[in-house]
Amino acid sequence: MLLLFVIYPFVYTVCGSFLKWKGRSIVGVAGVSNYQRVLGSSDILNVRRLLKLKGPPLGALVHNLLWILIQVPLSTALGLLLAVLLRDVKGGVVIKSVIFLGMVIPMVVGGILLRFIYDAHAGVVNAVIRLIGLGKYAKTWTAHPDTALYSLIVGSVWIWTGFSMVLYSAGLESIPKEIFEAARIDGASGFRIFWHITVPMLRPITIVVLTMSVLWALKVFDIVFVATRGGPGGASSVLALEMYFRAFYHMPPDYGAAMAIVTILTLMTLGFAVYVFRLVVK
Amino acid sequence: MSRKRVLIHVVAWSIALIWIIPYLGVFIASVRPYSEIVDGWWNLHPFTLTLDSYSAVWNHKTYPLKRAFVNSILIAIPATIIPILVASLAAYSFARFSFPVKDMLFLTIVALMSLPQQVVIIPVFFLMSDMGLINTRLGLILLHSSFGLPWIILFLRNFFMTLPVEVEEAARIDGASDFQVYFRIVMPMSLPALASIAALQFNWVWNDFFFALILLLSPDKYVVTQTIPMFIGRYLISWDKVAAASILDMSVPLVVFALLQKWYVKGVVGGVIKG
Repeated sequence: MLLLFVIYPFVYTVCGSFLKWKGRSIVGVAGVSNYQRVLGSSDILNVRRLLKLKGPPLGALVHNLLWILIQVPLSTALGLLLAVLLRDVKGGVVIKSVIFLGMVIPMVVGGILLRFIYDAHAGVVNAVIRLIGLGKYAKTWTAHPDTALYSLIVGSVWIWTGFSMVLYSAGLESIPKEIFEAARIDGASGFRIFWHITVPMLRPITIVVLTMSVLWALKVFDIVFVATRGGPGGASSVLALEMYFRAFYHMPPDYGAAMAIVTILTLMTLGFAVYVFRLVVK
Repeated sequence: MSRKRVLIHVVAWSIALIWIIPYLGVFIASVRPYSEIVDGWWNLHPFTLTLDSYSAVWNHKTYPLKRAFVNSILIAIPATIIPILVASLAAYSFARFSFPVKDMLFLTIVALMSLPQQVVIIPVFFLMSDMGLINTRLGLILLHSSFGLPWIILFLRNFFMTLPVEVEEAARIDGASDFQVYFRIVMPMSLPALASIAALQFNWVWNDFFFALILLLSPDKYVVTQTIPMFIGRYLISWDKVAAASILDMSVPLVVFALLQKWYVKGVVGGVIKG
């Protein structure tokens, strides 16, 4: 089963990205021309806007990298902070469950929730903005090219923080209490304990959290599909979505380009996973 | 309580508030008529309680959630049981029997876990077309079962490694075969791990959107996640209906989570940490 539906298709896609496709049939060898076409397209890599240091749309590849750069550190740090904070809070378990819900619900609903809170009229984000007197900035955040991507990324922090928090909570429980007590007796402050004991002791967990978060940020699809469909004008598009458009949405399908995109994506996930795996094993 | 502890409590509960507001909003929006929520569900005057949106999406003409629920259940249950049965045998042999290339195989499994769904989907789409499995539940069940295998094998292998070998050896001395040892002794001892996996895999399949989007083409086959975006109109979003459909959709994984909370979190933590 693994062979038929996972390994064989994977190899097929990688090989297929170097072939020339006409509809479903292979009509020749393409070499790297699929890759040239994909990387040359402004949907994937918008060199002109990048060089001018403009905002999105910058191309799906850049959006994925921005997603990693913004979301991963934020949700990791927030998860750690919450795990440490909520240890001493009454009802901390309840709060943890609520924050963890983002990992339980379908990502499709996650996308709906984001679209909903950012809505110009029905959305709670704009209600808060009006409340603090910045009413002129109220808008549907996901519908404007300069904010669509970033609002989804911030929203994904909201969805994904539960993961790092739960992992860090489990990690904290595995640190012997004596260590903290000893440090406290020696007169270490709360911040010094956190920085010099908690953070280093949780290093293995940080590696896992970072890995999973990076993989997740690379694979993100549902949220974007539901909330913005990559729009407006590709301003919030990601690689997985561009692949979908080329293989299953546009007519006729461009399998060569789709396979090239997804091979690039897989190279990043696989390369990253194997790199971290070897780092940990060594 | 000292001032510092009060401060921590205030911060913690404000964060909790931020986290719960979107859920609260979507819930309130789902039980009120459109006219009351279009300018904000937080305006509580007037407040009319109604379940109209629920019945509207449940019995929708083109995309009834009723049918989507049946489809989702008929896919999620077999796609949970099949991979667990297959993977547990494989994981057991990884954990107990030594054979060459075992480490290599193991690295392969880790690598497979990192694959995005998109990398297999075009060839799978071709395969399923040739086998006549496009737009069938069977096709999706097979795909989900296969895609779930790597992490279930990894998870169970880690669990089996922690089981005492002595019990199994004793049974073997008493004349039990490998299969008997497995089904009579290992399986019953593994129930907690199996509960974790079942909960996670079921939710994963239920929550999946991409595979269903590609393989299920006609509305009568649509699963729940696939149906939700259909309620988003092109120009106007009827938030009351979208909210009701979202609540219904997430209620199933939430119930699974609530029932199996302990094992669920253990699954998330154990599945990634020990590996």
